[in-house]
Amino acid sequence: MWRRSVIGLLVVSALGLPGRATQRPPTIAAAANLQFALTEVAKHFERDRGARVEIVFGASGTLTRQIRDGAPFEMFLAADEEFPGQLTAAGLTRDAGAVYAIGRLALFAPTGSPLVVDERLEGLSRLLNAGGVTRFAIANPDVAPYGRAAEAALRTRGLWDAIRPRLVLGDSIAQATQFATTGNAVGGLIAYSLVKEPALADKGTYALIPQTDHPPLRQRMVLLKTATPVVEQFYSYMQGAAARAILIKSGYEAPQ
Amino acid sequence: MDWPALRISLWLGAGTIAILLPLGVWFGRLLAVREFRGKLLVEALVTVPLVLPPTVLGFYLLVTFGARSPIGQAFQALIGHPLPFSFEGLLVASAIANIPFVVQPIQRAFEAIPSDVRDAAACCGLTPWHQFRRIELPLAWPGVLTASILTFAHTLGEFGVVLMVGGNLPGQTRTLSVAIYDRMQAFDDRSAGIMAATLLAISVATLMITTALSRRVNPSRG
Repeated sequence: MWRRSVIGLLVVSALGLPGRATQRPPTIAAAANLQFALTEVAKHFERDRGARVEIVFGASGTLTRQIRDGAPFEMFLAADEEFPGQLTAAGLTRDAGAVYAIGRLALFAPTGSPLVVDERLEGLSRLLNAGGVTRFAIANPDVAPYGRAAEAALRTRGLWDAIRPRLVLGDSIAQATQFATTGNAVGGLIAYSLVKEPALADKGTYALIPQTDHPPLRQRMVLLKTATPVVEQFYSYMQGAAARAILIKSGYEAPQ
Repeated sequence: MDWPALRISLWLGAGTIAILLPLGVWFGRLLAVREFRGKLLVEALVTVPLVLPPTVLGFYLLVTFGARSPIGQAFQALIGHPLPFSFEGLLVASAIANIPFVVQPIQRAFEAIPSDVRDAAACCGLTPWHQFRRIELPLAWPGVLTASILTFAHTLGEFGVVLMVGGNLPGQTRTLSVAIYDRMQAFDDRSAGIMAATLLAISVATLMITTALSRRVNPSRG
């Protein structure tokens, strides 16, 4: 029996012990709305500069908390300015960073949903009054700036109090999008950059929400104090023409 | 299929067993054969991870060992990086979460050995170590085996505390169960499906092996 355990252990050892970042590419943290766009930017970066970065996606608030607790990220691309600002105030970043994109919010209804989408949320209001909104997806406003923008847009249209009991909150805008696109909700207010992805755009209809309905989603990125040269390169690559073209194609607006 | 994630999951399972098994055999036997004051409280503490939400463990570990706490900073100075968001941090979390899965089956196994057997062994002049090694451990072996397999299977399935303490870092703390969540969030249902099926297969296989082995070790119970 012992012999067998030893053999088992040897087999496991052959798989290699997970170590710390020795030869692993540097890791950066990014807001979930960047899931598709930033993955594409990273692919171009690898082709153009021959270096790889590993990206972990999550809600800006969750990632901020992790960085403050010591998570080994070298750069943070947030969905707003407030969360990276907290890190700067805590002395964890190189400097105040830069705004790299302006995000947009979209109303999405999956195929087969009774929700009719329009930019003034009139269809949503009608369905709500008719009692037809079973569940409506937004990201958790406490940790996700897109959730905060969704709350603001719903308030602008006077729907917040009525829709509140019907809300399902995603851990991040990616999860809210998941809820809205899989038909688990009649629809949702989600990131335009995720909706634009062909794989998701096929799953329903959407309308772009006017930027005047919510505070602008000015998305800021910061280098953390631990940033290595590859990540510094990625930071400047994000401000270059190639990255900007991808961001605009993905539905973001360029910062002024 | 996220191979590094599978590797980390397997390593976490093996590492947790390696840490807990010696402690579990010692402590499980102690609880089985000794009576002492405060035993009720000790047994409750050993069992508490079983009923505790993983978020409670995650919260305490992050607050205690996070970069903002003095203990966390001391640890960082010692090992060069903060304990959370590292494989070592996952091991600590996993070891704590699995204490009841190790101690309880082993304790039950040692309890099932009649005290006559121990007395007879002592009468025959066996030293306590020989008595343990030759008589008790072989009799308690099915319990030890169950403890190992349960711990391994439970570690593979660990999600909440791994996500909280580990933070989904690829190649370091992204286990297979976290990778499934990550792929779902990335709208990559295909990969998530493959990994979910893999985890299901490993879990079923693990439990089948346990049952088969325990029948072989102890046919009367099978």
